[in-house]
Amino acid sequence: MTPHILIRSLDRGAIVFLSAVACIAIVVPVLNLAMPPTSALYVPTYLVALFGKYACYALLALSIDLIWGYCGILSLGHGAFFALGGYAMGMYLMRQIGTRGVYANPILPDFMVFLNWKQLPVSWYGFQYFPYAALMVLVVPGVLAFVFGWFAFRSRVTGVYLSIITQALTFALMLGFFRNNFGFGGNNGLTDFKDILGFSVQAETTRNALFSISCVAIMISFLLCRAIITSKFGKVLIAIRDAEARTRFLGYRVESYKLFVFTLSACMAGVAGALYVPQVGIINPSEFAPANSIEAVIWVAVGGRGTLTGAVIGAVLVNYAKTYFTSGFLAAYWLFVLGALFILVTLLLPRGVVGTLRQWNALRRDRASAAAEDGVREPLPAE
Amino acid sequence: MRFCRACLVALIVALCFAPGWETARAASVADAIAHFTADDFSETLTGIKAIASSGDPRAETILRALQDGQLQFSAERKAVYIKDNSGKLTDAATGQPISGDAPADTDNVRINNRLRGAIDAALGGLTLLAKSPATRYDAAQAVFKSRQASALPTLVAAIANEQDPKVKHAMQEARAAIILSGAASDQDKLAAVEIIRQRGDQDSLGLLASLPTNMSATVMKRVTAAINTIKNRLALWEAVQNAWYGISLGSVLLLAAIGLAITFGVMGVINMAHGEMVMLGAYVTFVVQDIIRANDPALFDYSLAIAIPASFLVAGGVGILIERCIIRFLYGRPLETLLATWGLSLILQQAVRTAFGPNNREVGNPSWMSGAVDVGGITITYNRLWIICFAIAVFIALLALLRFTRFGLEMRAVTQNRSMAASMGIRTSRVDALTFGLGSGVAGMAGVALSQIDNVSPNLGQGYIIDSFMVVVFGGVGNLWGTLVGSFVLGIANKFLEPYAGAVLGKIAILVLIILFIQKRPRGMFALKGRAIEA
Repeated sequence: MTPHILIRSLDRGAIVFLSAVACIAIVVPVLNLAMPPTSALYVPTYLVALFGKYACYALLALSIDLIWGYCGILSLGHGAFFALGGYAMGMYLMRQIGTRGVYANPILPDFMVFLNWKQLPVSWYGFQYFPYAALMVLVVPGVLAFVFGWFAFRSRVTGVYLSIITQALTFALMLGFFRNNFGFGGNNGLTDFKDILGFSVQAETTRNALFSISCVAIMISFLLCRAIITSKFGKVLIAIRDAEARTRFLGYRVESYKLFVFTLSACMAGVAGALYVPQVGIINPSEFAPANSIEAVIWVAVGGRGTLTGAVIGAVLVNYAKTYFTSGFLAAYWLFVLGALFILVTLLLPRGVVGTLRQWNALRRDRASAAAEDGVREPLPAE
Repeated sequence: MRFCRACLVALIVALCFAPGWETARAASVADAIAHFTADDFSETLTGIKAIASSGDPRAETILRALQDGQLQFSAERKAVYIKDNSGKLTDAATGQPISGDAPADTDNVRINNRLRGAIDAALGGLTLLAKSPATRYDAAQAVFKSRQASALPTLVAAIANEQDPKVKHAMQEARAAIILSGAASDQDKLAAVEIIRQRGDQDSLGLLASLPTNMSATVMKRVTAAINTIKNRLALWEAVQNAWYGISLGSVLLLAAIGLAITFGVMGVINMAHGEMVMLGAYVTFVVQDIIRANDPALFDYSLAIAIPASFLVAGGVGILIERCIIRFLYGRPLETLLATWGLSLILQQAVRTAFGPNNREVGNPSWMSGAVDVGGITITYNRLWIICFAIAVFIALLALLRFTRFGLEMRAVTQNRSMAASMGIRTSRVDALTFGLGSGVAGMAGVALSQIDNVSPNLGQGYIIDSFMVVVFGGVGNLWGTLVGSFVLGIANKFLEPYAGAVLGKIAILVLIILFIQKRPRGMFALKGRAIEA
């Protein structure tokens, strides 16, 4: 049954996209590990780590696109779920350091010893086990999203109100996580990781494996999103996006639909954060900054809101531009570029790169078919 | 005791009729100073007390030198000198430069914390008779804190002489403090408790709480009663102070949010660059002050009067430009407006950072805005007071503009029913541009006020944007009264939560409360009623 839904959901574009991601997931590690460093095709390890970061961002963008592109929920606090997933993974990695920390305490992470704490806070219990940490990566963002969404959607907080409230949510979390007595490392966050599941975080093979896993996570999430949006459930989501009140009057429980997709999206963001942390080696409260969440939204807007491939492409494009600009003498201009991107995309390219390409394609096909049979035009999908 | 009093009389007389007494007094100072040459803390203490009670006009100079570590002694010659900053020695007793060779074995007269306390108390006693009332007042306060029994005779004489009622009151409080700490009759002590109770501040509480418990039952009972009175009074003043801080924060929020209430509330436009309009206003203030400093420093007190209209025009102009170039293409797409204005805020921040540098810029307070006044148990700073007045004034002006002018009428018409207003001949696009300009201009004026209490940096606006949105969401859109109530409620709630929860947790609590509040009233406190809401 389930495979049937998955296969039915795939069109030609989706298959091309999935194969491309799969190719990258295989080719990049091969070029890094098998090629001699002198070869022209060699991919340096730092690039693998960078690509891994992009992959995590792409997954985050995918999760935002699922709610914004298909259900009209603009969350400006998705970075919070990303960071929570990251913290859950970071806590596992901290517990793995064990006696190799500066203070060599077998139980307490360094910062707790430094703060003169005597025992592990309850919130840290169980994080030495990977399965538990992996579960928490999904559960913590999911539960927060469920509770928050339940409150917000039930009282019909929509549109910009919801955006502002989600922004306040991530802002509040940021303030909390900056505090030392919150128990998650305060300002400095969690860092200095040693190994994950017994493999060194620094090792080339681990980095390549993490990159491939991130790509696989994108593929799985993509399939999941495709399955949702092509199902009847997905049609209702799009109906909610386009006319929420009308959908409600037709008898659908709008808030349940929204709540489900919002929670699912938060779990996806949590996974993205969890994959992100071992690859960059640090998680700190600045990940909760509202600016990060808003930046993630612009990735989706650039790639094309309501096109899953667009979200992934947009995240990679914008982050590549960011890497390019912030690493050279152009660093001072990056914010100008980013700001201009926000304005130009919303003004001139409201469908994003992929959306615009599809529109052109549709127009061309339309014109061709109209010329061929002079038939009735197929209406464009409503925005 | 009698000796002290005699010296004191001598001192007062000496102050009135000068020269003839000099030799006699010099002798007594010389005796006192001799204690310093022993290089022993308890001897030095004796010396300090002797100097304090000598009544010599040089006593203060000597004690200050001792306090600053400039007093030197020579064990060989049994003499004490004051070493000034250039290293020159003068004889401590006479104030004359030393004659002949400098002594070879000079060393600092050493002091420890106990001696420092004694010196402070002695100086406090001495300055009780100073010329300036402010000095005398400070001296009385110092005696109140130190409660040195040795200062009592001086204090009594000073009270008898004192003309200034405020200073006299302070001296009486100091005397009461000494009486309570020392030995005195029950009747004196009861009177003293009464005086301390009336003073009623933290120091009085500390004094009463630290009293020895071996006093008579009546006195003890009165002391306990007084402690309770003072505690209640302090709690009351603390509440008043929190309310004041809350009102002050509320006025800042009002200033920051009221422009947003216009653009968001009236036009439905989410302007994430609103904080940057505030920031622009603050930088206009900086530029205006810079120009004034360079050209005509005498005008500095009027700098804010110039900066307010200037910042209104600059921020308002930028606002109209934004509306014409970006926002008007995005009407009806609020989420896209939000993103575009966010991008704009990044550009504006970076532009200001490029032009003025990333660091804080110095914006001065005009003289009429610096300083503070004590009201009861709290201190009110003038700049906060002025900002509250300014916020209220801006609020009233905007209210009047909306209510009584043609522009206000058109604005309200467009808010309530855009297409109907257009049919009646109102040029809605012009109203949109002007409304957005007005909201931005008000934000610019808020920037002038905020430049007086906050750091002027490119990030200035970011600190206020979320709070401002909270105010507007809480207060309800489309109604300025909602903004007024919202900002003051949030400001006061914030300040009352802070002492219990700390600044950060207080803020989080407020955010959570707002999220819960939105459950009950999704459109804020003062929501527009009617069918127009669900657009």
